[in-house]
Amino acid sequence: MSAPGVLVGIYQPGRSLLHRSPVGPKLLGLAVLSVTVVAVRSMPLAVVFLAVAAALATIARLRARLLWRATRYVLLVAVVVAGFQWWFYGRDKAIESLLDLVTLAVLALTITATTPVNAMLDAIVRWLRPLRRLGVDPERVALTFSLAIAALPGTVALALETRDAARARGLGRHPRAFLTPFVIRVVARAHETGDALTARGLGD
Amino acid sequence: MATIRFDGAALTVPTADDERVVLEPVDLTLTERRVAVIGANGSGKSTLARLVNGLVTPSSGRVLVDDVDVARDPASVRRRVGFCFTDPSAQLVMPTCLEDVELSLRRHERRRSVRLERARAVLARFGLGDHADVSVHALSGGQRQLLALAGVLATEPDVVVADEPTTLLDLANTRLVGDLLLSLDQQLVLVTHDLDLAARCDRAVVVAHGRIAFDGPAAAAITAYRSLVDAGTS
Repeated sequence: MSAPGVLVGIYQPGRSLLHRSPVGPKLLGLAVLSVTVVAVRSMPLAVVFLAVAAALATIARLRARLLWRATRYVLLVAVVVAGFQWWFYGRDKAIESLLDLVTLAVLALTITATTPVNAMLDAIVRWLRPLRRLGVDPERVALTFSLAIAALPGTVALALETRDAARARGLGRHPRAFLTPFVIRVVARAHETGDALTARGLGD
Repeated sequence: MATIRFDGAALTVPTADDERVVLEPVDLTLTERRVAVIGANGSGKSTLARLVNGLVTPSSGRVLVDDVDVARDPASVRRRVGFCFTDPSAQLVMPTCLEDVELSLRRHERRRSVRLERARAVLARFGLGDHADVSVHALSGGQRQLLALAGVLATEPDVVVADEPTTLLDLANTRLVGDLLLSLDQQLVLVTHDLDLAARCDRAVVVAHGRIAFDGPAAAAITAYRSLVDAGTS
């Protein structure tokens, strides 16, 4: 099973400034930047945000080819969303939405490509430790966050396999022939992952 | 070796109008180093294996590992019993090889540097040292099963339960994974359709229609299984 084009959740080893930066400031920076990108409604500033995201990706020394492979599907969705925005609200709003979506994708990719998932897990456990008194299990919450990120490549791989299976049966363009088995397989994979985590004692 | 005891352990599951017996009451004590479990698809082999790790809880009876009831204290049993699934893709939950093995070590070691060092050593032992930062999705089927096994053995369990670990592998990888499993120092409970592999175990249990149809030396068990298949009653 492979997940071509899906690099969010895949750590790319390296020695860049972002690779060496601590997890906390990186995640905080991602949160602040993401909220800012969504909250600020301005087309010229959307260009600036995209430039900032591109600069961070450059600092992280992410290769352009990897960046393109990882963001092309987001770009596809962004173009569709922008089309609707143009129809309802006009050109500026459409361009802003498109740029914002691509910016968020590049930011997410840059952070996940420079931060091992287990390092994120450690950081979240540390932050949530004070909430233990309130009955929160930090290890479990952190594992949930990490699995959400780590599950992305596997889920896309399942989607591609399901699409190929539909094509092989001559049902390539029928949405139901794709969506029904895809949803069933994702739920089944979620059960299997739950079993795997239980077997490894990670849910105990 | 650990003592794995099935004490009248049975499993039934509810159906729309009644209930279905997945496993009839089983009384079995496993102390051998390598135990094979063989039988037809849907016979109850995997259920038997899952009972040992607590992935499935018996609806009646008990399963004990060194006198610890799996249903009462599953966490302590799981620390001693590792489980390897048929499809390693389901078992590998982290993006890269190193991160996945490191995840297994989280409940044993808090310091990340120590976890990483141990994870690298385990990967090297399984011939995956050069794949530490490779995506688990980029591995071959054989490499994925080796990685899944590495994740299990990283925690140094006393017992390894492997549920058809070679079913999805080609001949070369079947041999590789099979040889590796049979050479483990740990006690092994191996659910398999590979009768060559089963023949190399110290004991084999044949499961048919949710019952233990035969239990004894591997060669005799395989003969009994073949007879069941020939008679169409497996």
